[in-house]
Amino acid sequence: MQQITRDLLIEKASAFLEKENNSCVIGWRKGEFDYDITPYVFDNKEDLEKYFVWNDFCGANVSKYLINKTQKYDKTLVFLKPCDTYSFNQLLTEHRFSRDKVYAIGIPCEGMANVNKVKAIAGEGIEKIEFLPEGLKVTNLYGDEPAVIAYTDVLAERCLNCKSKAHVAYDELIGEDGSVISSNRFDEVERLEKMTPDERFAFWQKELSKCIRCNACRDVCPACSCEKCVFDNPASGVENKAPASSMEEKMFHIIRAFHVAGRCTDCGECSRVCPQGIPLHLLNRKFIKDINEFYGEYQAGAVEGSRAPLVDYTEGDIEPYEIFDRGDK
Amino acid sequence: MRKCSIEKLYSAFSELSSTMQIYLPVSNEEGKANYEKWTEGKLWSEALNTERSAKDFFFPQTEDLMKFKTEGKNIEIIDIRSEKEDFVIFGARACDVRSFDILDRVFLTDPVDSFYKARRDKGVIVSTACSRPAETCFCKAFGIDASEPCGDVTTWRVNDEVYFKSNTEKGDAFMKKIEKFTEECDEEKVDEQKAKIKKIIDKLPLSDLDTSDFGGGKTAEFFNSPLWAEMSSTCLGCGTCTFVCPTCQCYDIKEFNTGKEVIRYRCWDSCMYSEFTRMAHGNNRLTQTERFRQRFMHKLVYYPENNDGIFGCVGCGRCLSKCPISMNIVKVMKKLGGNE
Repeated sequence: MQQITRDLLIEKASAFLEKENNSCVIGWRKGEFDYDITPYVFDNKEDLEKYFVWNDFCGANVSKYLINKTQKYDKTLVFLKPCDTYSFNQLLTEHRFSRDKVYAIGIPCEGMANVNKVKAIAGEGIEKIEFLPEGLKVTNLYGDEPAVIAYTDVLAERCLNCKSKAHVAYDELIGEDGSVISSNRFDEVERLEKMTPDERFAFWQKELSKCIRCNACRDVCPACSCEKCVFDNPASGVENKAPASSMEEKMFHIIRAFHVAGRCTDCGECSRVCPQGIPLHLLNRKFIKDINEFYGEYQAGAVEGSRAPLVDYTEGDIEPYEIFDRGDK
Repeated sequence: MRKCSIEKLYSAFSELSSTMQIYLPVSNEEGKANYEKWTEGKLWSEALNTERSAKDFFFPQTEDLMKFKTEGKNIEIIDIRSEKEDFVIFGARACDVRSFDILDRVFLTDPVDSFYKARRDKGVIVSTACSRPAETCFCKAFGIDASEPCGDVTTWRVNDEVYFKSNTEKGDAFMKKIEKFTEECDEEKVDEQKAKIKKIIDKLPLSDLDTSDFGGGKTAEFFNSPLWAEMSSTCLGCGTCTFVCPTCQCYDIKEFNTGKEVIRYRCWDSCMYSEFTRMAHGNNRLTQTERFRQRFMHKLVYYPENNDGIFGCVGCGRCLSKCPISMNIVKVMKKLGGNE
């Protein structure tokens, strides 16, 4: 259950809209049910009061919207969960929006629920979800729902392996700041590393063959902020709207993972939005883990303006052949 | 009406599979169902619906159309169509069955799409009534009855028995093939089941979704609405809604040069994509707002205008569960219709 209340956020947002001309607030809007929350751009108090929501289903990372919204509005208020602040910093590092047009409020996060996990436990026909201190109380149309579902049973993978409760960027912070957590987020990568090349190939072939090339992973990714993606450009020679073969899907995801290597903050949005349930974050985490091992610990977005190892040169850098040899093992 | 036990159904499949391919929803380890070709031991999933829609059977995501080969100054055009085998789509839900009607009106009207027609002719549709609709279901709003779906044969799954009712000649032929596995029965159990389902459907939160504001002739009313900008303001522009949709039917035709020959193929396209319907002069929809509007105008206004008032949505709810930002046709209809 989230600790801060919707009312507090609405209060901050309303005061902001009143004070700033041509301004907007990026937050979350309630849906038809208690879980289908839409990231939303609010520009008036009435809508805020009617529709603004803050609950355990506000997982969407809204930082990427700043690229477009700061071009339209003079001032934008954005609410950022700890992990969102890393994306925020990374976007700033890449000069994707002007910092002075944004007012960032850091909000604490207790971890977000994965609605698919809730549905798997509570069954179809969810009528209502109540957020109790001990867990989610779901009511379904069939009356066969479990009594209370513990939050830990429905936490998103990225929240189970939360890397930081600390906000690395904000103008104002609500509540007390948390700290960087030593998570188990590389465990699954290690499991894959221990596989034989054939087993690993089979794993990725199975996962990536589910891809329908909807591009949701790319479109939601704060690190994918090219104005025109090479995969959308018919003149590029690699543009494609559908998986032409299973190899093609692998190429898309692997190229994308390379492109965001060193810039991916591990926000986990790619896996959250994938309609086919592909664990795409594992590709990115493999790169993060390798970078950590080759160049020393580096967390993209932790410090605004930091030079990522892959775009920096130091004399102690690992030699290409050392990496090459390692691949044979 | 005829019936058989689930166990006997698999025996029927076993015999049928030597003459035709059987596709049915099979659950994976996470409990998510998708159509798979039936082979011995595969179990018919009880999941509400398949993750991917059933349109893939008639309108696959990619499909080769023809090949070209050049030798000197000669071009050889090779028709690569092969004889299709008969197949059965077993266990399609009412929403997906309606989607075939919607696709038919596009692909089977002049000029007939012969690739689609070849598949359609060979496919037998065996539908199944829903037993546990979800909160995201709203087929009733489009006049679909999930307790008695259409299709060549309609089935009801009651405990461990399956009840069959044939609706077409194709259905009769199918029932003939499995005759020895089934037995004649009355409709009592099915009527009970239907009544039970109808009661649930009436309780579904979106069953009373109001469609009366939409339909043909409403282009002027909705096209210039200022609400599109607001509704699309956080749309990512991904293709999820269009690719999971059982009725989205837009495609692109492209060519691939293998070095030895050129393969012309078609693949699903998405009105959400920046290059959708790009023409020589450039793109006609330059913003995500225009692309977003296109999708919903197509479903709610343009399609009914050209198709006797039938909407281009079947209320399957896939886009409701799959959209990364949870924006969807229900929210659009409520907002545009002033019923928020």
